[in-house]
Amino acid sequence: MAVRFNIRMAGVGGQGVVTGSHIFSTAVINAGGESTIVPFYGSEKRMAPVESYVRVSDEPIYEIGEITFPHILLIFHPQCITHGKSYTNPWYFGLKKDGVALINNVGPMKLQTDHAQELADLNVKIYYLPATKLSLEVAGIDLATNMAMVGAIGAITGLTNMEALEQAVKDRFLGKGFVVSGGTAALDSVVERKFKKKAELIGKNLAVVKAAWDFAEQNGWAATQKTTSTGQAAATA
Amino acid sequence: MSEALEAEVKTNPQGDPITSTAAAPTTQVAKKDPHGEAKRQKVVSPEYMFFEAPREREFITGSECAKEAVRRSNVDLSVAYPITPQSETMQLIGVLYGEGYVKEYYRGEEEYGVMSAIAGASRAGVRCFTATAGPGTLRGIEPIASWPGHRLPAVAMFTCRVVNAPLAIQPDNIEITYLLNCGMILFHSENQQDLFDFLMKAFVISEKNDVTLPVGVACDGFFVTHARGYCSMPDRGLKLPPREAWRGAVPVLDAENPPARLSRDAPVQKSNFMAYNIHAVWQQEVWAAVERSRKYIELYMGGLVEAQNLEDAEVVLIASGSALAQSREALRLCKDKGIKAGLIKIRSLRPFPTAELRKLCKNAKLIVVPEFNYVGWLAKEVATAIFGYSKAKIIAGPHVYGGMSMPVEMILDEIVCGLTGKKSSSVPSSDIMGATEVDPAEVSHFLQNI
Repeated sequence: MAVRFNIRMAGVGGQGVVTGSHIFSTAVINAGGESTIVPFYGSEKRMAPVESYVRVSDEPIYEIGEITFPHILLIFHPQCITHGKSYTNPWYFGLKKDGVALINNVGPMKLQTDHAQELADLNVKIYYLPATKLSLEVAGIDLATNMAMVGAIGAITGLTNMEALEQAVKDRFLGKGFVVSGGTAALDSVVERKFKKKAELIGKNLAVVKAAWDFAEQNGWAATQKTTSTGQAAATA
Repeated sequence: MSEALEAEVKTNPQGDPITSTAAAPTTQVAKKDPHGEAKRQKVVSPEYMFFEAPREREFITGSECAKEAVRRSNVDLSVAYPITPQSETMQLIGVLYGEGYVKEYYRGEEEYGVMSAIAGASRAGVRCFTATAGPGTLRGIEPIASWPGHRLPAVAMFTCRVVNAPLAIQPDNIEITYLLNCGMILFHSENQQDLFDFLMKAFVISEKNDVTLPVGVACDGFFVTHARGYCSMPDRGLKLPPREAWRGAVPVLDAENPPARLSRDAPVQKSNFMAYNIHAVWQQEVWAAVERSRKYIELYMGGLVEAQNLEDAEVVLIASGSALAQSREALRLCKDKGIKAGLIKIRSLRPFPTAELRKLCKNAKLIVVPEFNYVGWLAKEVATAIFGYSKAKIIAGPHVYGGMSMPVEMILDEIVCGLTGKKSSSVPSSDIMGATEVDPAEVSHFLQNI
């Protein structure tokens, strides 16, 4: 049977929800899988609701448009839940039975009683990832929150790996071919300084991705299917 | 030909120099001709272009696919008026004009003017392309509906969007129902690749002497036009043969065949038997020509339909456009659930694959027709086609409206309900509008059980 996850990522403007979804999608493709993304937002401003829909599979994907009934739901900001900052209300609407909700929060949140009941009825696994905390601790800024979410979802889906994620992050920040076509020696000092800055940026982002990946594995969220570095999905469980 | 010579040759379709463009200063003869690449394009036969030419795969938007199709189609003239989600496509055709791939291009005053201009240009013997969407289609539909009767070969692309209130720019494909009975040939593309292929093939089919009709190529806006998909294309240095209007079925209008001739004998002023008779044979001939296009659709497009997994299928999905993409995923969900499901892809809506569906649906027990519009035009077409030839129960649905994406789970729910007799939550429009009482508890199972 094909491995297939429809993932809805919800967050607020400025968190890099769309960027995160691009990086995760590219990382799945880098690891030999298939993926499509559909971003969805209104006016582009900080703290306004943003959703991005990512489909990942090891088989061709034909489906188009938004994801109404996701297997996995990512909540990048607790306000998606507490303030209703979401295009989907209640925030878990449409989540499939036995689905996964990955929420950026330090420890469990107090959910509304009826919401908690409905999630329990659906047998939803709720994972709380301290993504912003990890970002602050590892990278020294909160802007790598999306990287933490990406790292955790990488481990949860098992459709990508750290090498593929690293390549995806580099592609995003350097552009394809930038590193391979021009060595640092050929760059003038200004570009070199910028490159050094970028290399540092990439390094920090990747450290957050790795920390979140490890966090997911330590908590037993990781998929039973592991993806090898060559991109072949192999069942190990 | 040297670069210097190329710089001087810019002509209109008749071969006359284009005087509205300033002649290049003689001192700049070494400057690269912006039309150079277009001029070096090589004419190849449609057969070579479609079946033999090596193709390269690119990941591009539907609008870019349309641009690449027009680039290779030897188009003489393109006119359009911008409307979302078509604007990007016609903007890209403007780029082609700048590069010399399209010989004449302008923005019309609005869609009525655009469609009328296409009529005039096609009658004058040149190959025409236009595109519009939703409200633009309806604004232009009077001239569009007159194209087939005037036997005008042309290609129009419809990037479907909402037309009815409350207005939206989203991809609801209800406008197709208005186009079905114009007398034009009409294809519906599922994805970017279809759009590229259908457009190029549309030019060839449209100009066949025993067809001589306009061809509409519809796709669902945004889902196809603004999203990227894989598209395999032959080299851009190749193009289709030009339109050869001199050997067309209908004489071109020029000084020797003035348009006054048509007015002189116009049946419109005579309310007598001859007038009615003329109208009848005229329309009969239009629709006979629609039917005659079948052999070319079979030759170039691999048939009006494409069937998949029909053997022993408990349920047959029939779809066109984006509903097909969703149906393919529904097949996957059915497989996971152990339901044997088949799929019929409809490429051509006019001519409609009546004979094909009668044959393919002969033993079908359940047919589900998912659609991205309220009225269910495809389900009505399917029901009309197979009535008396199949005992299948036909479910007109699921439907989504106003440009919503169709959750694949809705299709699966419809299939399960069709097989078990359980009441579906995404009921056909007839059930919503009719007197049937809907029990909320009975339909609430959908959201709980997906």
